[in-house]
Amino acid sequence: MPETKNTSGRTTVPPIALRRRITDHFMTGLSVLTVILVLAPLIAIFGYLVYRGIGSINWAFLTQTPRPVGEAGGGMANAIVGSAFILGLASILGVPVGVGAGIYVAEFGRNRFGDGIRFTADVLNGVPSIVIGIVAYSIVVLYQKHFSALAGGVALAIMMIPTITRTTEDMLLLVPQALREAAYGLGIPRWRTTLSITLRTATSGVITGIMLAFARVAGETAPLLFTAFGNQYWNLRANQPTAALPLQIFSYAISPYDEWHRQAWAGALVLIVLIVSAVAAVRFVVRHGTFGAA
Amino acid sequence: MLLCGLAVLGTLALIVYELMLRSSLSWHAFGFKFFGGRDWDPVSEQFGALPFIYGTLVSSFLALLIAVPLSVGVAVFTTEMCPRALRGPLSFFVELLAAIPSVVYGLWAIFVLVPLLSGYIQPFLGRTLGWTGFFDGPPYGISMLAAGIILAVMIIPIISSITREVLMVVPQHQREAALALGATRWEMIRVGVLRNARAGIMGGIILGLGRALGETMAVTMVIGNTPQIAKSLFAPGHTMASVLANEFSEATGNVYLSALVEIGLALFLVTIVVNALARLLVWTVTGGQPSRANA
Repeated sequence: MPETKNTSGRTTVPPIALRRRITDHFMTGLSVLTVILVLAPLIAIFGYLVYRGIGSINWAFLTQTPRPVGEAGGGMANAIVGSAFILGLASILGVPVGVGAGIYVAEFGRNRFGDGIRFTADVLNGVPSIVIGIVAYSIVVLYQKHFSALAGGVALAIMMIPTITRTTEDMLLLVPQALREAAYGLGIPRWRTTLSITLRTATSGVITGIMLAFARVAGETAPLLFTAFGNQYWNLRANQPTAALPLQIFSYAISPYDEWHRQAWAGALVLIVLIVSAVAAVRFVVRHGTFGAA
Repeated sequence: MLLCGLAVLGTLALIVYELMLRSSLSWHAFGFKFFGGRDWDPVSEQFGALPFIYGTLVSSFLALLIAVPLSVGVAVFTTEMCPRALRGPLSFFVELLAAIPSVVYGLWAIFVLVPLLSGYIQPFLGRTLGWTGFFDGPPYGISMLAAGIILAVMIIPIISSITREVLMVVPQHQREAALALGATRWEMIRVGVLRNARAGIMGGIILGLGRALGETMAVTMVIGNTPQIAKSLFAPGHTMASVLANEFSEATGNVYLSALVEIGLALFLVTIVVNALARLLVWTVTGGQPSRANA
């Protein structure tokens, strides 16, 4: 029975047309190419940063204040400390508000009003940082009559709030509903449940969110240009102009002096290392320390 | 808690209020002509924002032109083609690009990208495409083109991470159906995946645009800061954000300051609209789970 043999045998798929096969290979090649093109600048930036930065970092760079033009040596110690100071101010102002808003939206905000806050936070997240600098300038600098670390802190705090709000909300929503119900069942009031049960369970996630916000604003330059303004000397008073690492990198990078360019690279390397290690350290503590109550 | 929630709303209201308050002087002096004027003359207090608006639009458009194909390509590769083991590291590396501070991008652009442009790329483009008029003039490196390229590098992680998320929520049976009909892998991606994800990808692109419009430091460092409208991409320019960075802290006179704040207000309004649009698009696709690219 040759007929059945023909029809019941293995179905042969007709070969795919050459043009379609070529297109397929071409597009695959093209997307591999895009990956290479995207990774190239990443590798170039990190490679060049390490190459230029390592050679310029020394003890003086980390412990001294800037020298005048023409003199070799000097460093960015005041800018590193100034950055930490401004970021500290920003965290004091921004973290409680951000976490509080996140708690509100997650626990009490399952309504239109909560949606409004959520949407506002997303919108705030997209406001250009330079515009936030203008606002901090007009609400702090104009009243104090001079640039200050506080103004810089306010600007960075405004930038931290929306990020912290959204991550806190996400983390609290991950806490199982049964845990809350168990607490209610024991007669614990709602506010107490939120603080001691829900928030405590989500602590590690909330801290990770805070660190992400922190890392995001740590490298911000634009909002500090006319708030913290920069300073060639030590300053730890909140109402005085203060140096910040990103500002120092910026002003050295656009200067015409080789010595300052060298220091800008060193500063950039320090900045990146600080950002990455801050995030890594907190992740480590959260994972291995006593924070994670879950 | 409610107080903190209100504080978030209050912050936005405060931003709007302060920007409007501080720019009212310029608004009353110039009205709508402010946005059409080409003169930027602090000495005679004549202010027109057109060169800055032009610079912002052109540099962002250039950035999108470069970044969109690259980001979509990377997203397609990570979701559809690459081996599973490579998927995690690859998206991690691309997102690492988002963690680099803008001022470090600028630093790199000044010392690596700009010499590269002025030494090799711009002379080449000038020879081959000079007749179009877009690549005219001396190849200084510092230019609109440099700003566009560095912006592209900065928005690639945003667009590609959102595109990846959107591609991942395309139902698996769409892919299987296309393959079952005998589609090659590329045809499957084109018909079954990309077509389904159009709206979401658009959302990612617009979110990237929002970032590019407001980006300040890296652009300021390479665009040349000259308020002019030039056809050539080799010519220096200025953007709304970069003029603020350059002139705000040194602005003397109330009208000057007010004009700068008005530019800030315009920038704010544009980015708000662009971002809101993008969020809506992404929300509709990923089903209300807003994606957080730290724009």
